[in-house]
Amino acid sequence: MTFAWAIVLLVLLPLAAAALSFAFPRRGGWLAAGAAVGIGVGTAQLIRAVLADGAQIHQVGGWGAPLGIDLRADGLAVWMLLVAGINGAAVALYSSRYFGMERSEEGRHRERYFWPLFLFLWTALNALFLSADIFNLYVTLEMLGFAAVMLAALAGGRDALAAAMRYLLVSLSASLFYLLGVALVYGQCGTVDLRLLAAQAPAQPAPWVALALMTGGLATKTALLPMHFWLPPAHASAPAPVSALLSALVVKGSFYILLRLWFEAFQVRMTPAVAQALGALGAAAILWGSISALRQARLKLLIAHSTVAQIGYLFLLFPRAASPKAGFLGWSGGLILLGAHACAKTAMFLTAGNILHAVGHDRIKDLEGVTRGLPVSMFAFGLSALSLVGLPPSGGFAGKWLLLSAGVAQGQWWWIAMVLFGSLLAAAYVVRVLTHAFTSGSKPAILNPIPPVMEWTALVLAIVAAGFGLAAFWPAELLRAGAPQAMPFLAGGAAP
Amino acid sequence: MNIDGLVLLGILLSSFLTGVAIFFLNEESHRLRTWLNLLGAGLKLILVAALLWGIYQGHEYSFSIDFLPGIPLALGADAHSVLFVTLSTVLWFWTTLYAVGYLEGSPHRSRFFGFFSLCVTATTGIALSANLVTFLTFYELLTVTTYPLVVHRGTEDAMRGGRIYLAYTMLGGTVLLLAVVWLHGLAGPIAFRERGAIESLMATRRGELQALFMLFMIGIGFKAALVPLHGWLPKAMVAPAPVSALLHAVAVVKAGAFGIVRIVHDVFGIENAAKLGVLQPLAIAAGVTILYGSLLALFQDGLKKRLAYSTVSQVSYIVLGTAILGPLATIGGLVHLVHQGLMKITLFFGAGNYAETLGIHRVSEMNGVGRRMPWTTAAFTVAALGMIGLPPLAGHVSKSYLNQGAAAAGQEWVAILLAASSLLNAAYFLPILWRAWFMSPPRQWPHEHAFGRWETHWMLLAAPLVTAGLVLWAGLSAESSFSPLAWVKLIAAREYGP
Repeated sequence: MTFAWAIVLLVLLPLAAAALSFAFPRRGGWLAAGAAVGIGVGTAQLIRAVLADGAQIHQVGGWGAPLGIDLRADGLAVWMLLVAGINGAAVALYSSRYFGMERSEEGRHRERYFWPLFLFLWTALNALFLSADIFNLYVTLEMLGFAAVMLAALAGGRDALAAAMRYLLVSLSASLFYLLGVALVYGQCGTVDLRLLAAQAPAQPAPWVALALMTGGLATKTALLPMHFWLPPAHASAPAPVSALLSALVVKGSFYILLRLWFEAFQVRMTPAVAQALGALGAAAILWGSISALRQARLKLLIAHSTVAQIGYLFLLFPRAASPKAGFLGWSGGLILLGAHACAKTAMFLTAGNILHAVGHDRIKDLEGVTRGLPVSMFAFGLSALSLVGLPPSGGFAGKWLLLSAGVAQGQWWWIAMVLFGSLLAAAYVVRVLTHAFTSGSKPAILNPIPPVMEWTALVLAIVAAGFGLAAFWPAELLRAGAPQAMPFLAGGAAP
Repeated sequence: MNIDGLVLLGILLSSFLTGVAIFFLNEESHRLRTWLNLLGAGLKLILVAALLWGIYQGHEYSFSIDFLPGIPLALGADAHSVLFVTLSTVLWFWTTLYAVGYLEGSPHRSRFFGFFSLCVTATTGIALSANLVTFLTFYELLTVTTYPLVVHRGTEDAMRGGRIYLAYTMLGGTVLLLAVVWLHGLAGPIAFRERGAIESLMATRRGELQALFMLFMIGIGFKAALVPLHGWLPKAMVAPAPVSALLHAVAVVKAGAFGIVRIVHDVFGIENAAKLGVLQPLAIAAGVTILYGSLLALFQDGLKKRLAYSTVSQVSYIVLGTAILGPLATIGGLVHLVHQGLMKITLFFGAGNYAETLGIHRVSEMNGVGRRMPWTTAAFTVAALGMIGLPPLAGHVSKSYLNQGAAAAGQEWVAILLAASSLLNAAYFLPILWRAWFMSPPRQWPHEHAFGRWETHWMLLAAPLVTAGLVLWAGLSAESSFSPLAWVKLIAAREYGP
């Protein structure tokens, strides 16, 4: 029964709030606050249930797969719900002041569309994390992509529209690839349910071509190198809260489906070659993303390129977790890193939004003195940088520690060097920004005051990112308790 | 974990919370900030005193929380911890007082003292760490919290110094992280233990242990400024004097030296390390650093630069003592951890006083400064003579134990090295003292400040006088039962076992 209530709170409530906020645009902030509280309660319920009894299944309408639709909450799903919940709530709080700051017709116009789209996006994410079959995953992915593109276009202006248009085309064609793969799998295997697929996989594995289509589509949506080209302009030109949502959460939706495919439904197809190939693309993304972040002249573009690099880290999960020797280390490491990156990246984009609003530009070389006028924001940036670089005790450190330990357990030194080198590059590009907090020189040139809520939201989130390594055993245990039964080695093939 | 363990947490929080509170203060609330600073430093002193008393009474202290499944973050108070935490807490108190006087009226003091407190939190955390992960955590925190102090002035020079500092220390941190993760992969969580925690690997994993030892020494060597990893240290001299004092005597360089001692004593174990054949290369690296630092110090005209190279050289005495097998050398190295701290902080306080009161930054400007500032110069003289190794001062105690230890271990080259280093020390310190006391002062000082009654601000004067007093005390009462030397002898006895 718990699960049914949780579904109401996690999916139906934000959906209703989205509809209401469209009808009552002035109440958008309050509706989002209500949805956030409900989502928080629902997530907490599910986490308790998973910790107590392991993965939870809900058969919608009582039919059950393969006839009906199943929803499921396991360790991975509730962890993703939690990450989305924390970041969603922060973005909602921030946005309650952000759009009102402009005090123009245009600002009100944007706010009017922001709340319904934002709540719809949150609904889609929650539904996606709870889906237990590859077709439902497609539907929710499509909902997510639709909301994301509309939000990216919200800033208006030629650059933003061009970026959003490209985003739309990429997103649609990637979804089509994925859908094609789903159709092929259904034709061959006769079911779309993740667990049934996993159960019959040894006898009747899904065709490689279907897997290739689905993986290609999802990797494009996740902006894995070399399909990353659409991300920096789309993420950098959107309004700050939207950039935060796109970088912190939206790309992780498609990444989540990749995990479901490769580690659950089609686990038999996860050969070392596949794992190493995905990992190698991740490594290339770390290099390319970090180096191009170093070369950016604008703050938001730097942060967006850093997202490309950090997504690369997530793909290092594949070669780590696919090995029975290091399964749990790689799995929990990659997912903790995912949560840490989400919080740090949201905090960074919100900070960038504050700076942009305060001085009207985000040119890194002209930030001298500016940051001294916004000490709280700058502190938030510094703390989230700790997590991106992976310094203790941040969540990023805990994630990297586990990935490194997995690499040691496997004896794969090349990957270890990659993780460490990526950290140094990350340090180099965040220091480029942080340096300006300390330079002496011109007086801070703050043009517009920033509401304290907007500064403090970023700071609180940054503190979460920089501090949650201290309690990293908790998500690790959650992931272990709720690991899908198809993947016993993810629950501790090798103890850390 | 026990109730007593909360004392350890309290020692960390006393400065951490102080730092956080100071960040929120207005730039103008000078009095409140000073009180907060002294309150935090005083509270920490009291807690450390309570810790010492408790250990004397036979209490055991430990505190831990889960970090990852099976890997705790743990604090403890063994003999090494107590030595370093006492040193850093005592010196922090006086440095705080000094810094309040030194930075009076300059901008961004809330930011400065906030990071100052966090920096000391990281240092005491390093001292109290009971396992490798905890050590690594505070070690990296130290890097992060000292950067804002190094670049505090915000000038182009300061920013460049800060960049170089970060580049070196981040690289060192990365190497250290690699070593720690690797060792965890081999042996599981490593808790610090007397005589080493890797006994079980000695038979089967010899090659890997040698490689690991090298990685550890390189990773920590960046902070300990072992040649050729020392490049950041002279550049970081752009920091304000109290920061330099802290960096050289208590925090960064000293934390590096302490880290090397920790790894050799309580991760590998001196005897195991000797069996692995890794101590001799370390001793040679330390020897090279000692000579190189002293030689370069000779050619520096900038007073702080000269002191910086002197630090490079002196800190490696600690490493040298650690790298020679035998209790006497171990005692010599460890006791220098305390003695060098006391002497070097006094020297930096002196250099800061000259700069702040008279605008003197170079050795060549120091003619007759002893007549204008007799008290500061007296303190400076005591510390400099101690560095040279003149009996009965603190430095002499360290050097004589090092000499005896080297002789006992059959390493005669060390005696020659130490003699050469002492000569060089004399060669770069005595001219300063000669100028200060015996040459006639110029008609006008470069940039003179009047501070009323005393030769300089009383806060600037109190700190070096106290630390110079401690230099005298550590030397004179070395053989008594309550002195750094007595404590260090206890450590050595435990490291070598019955």
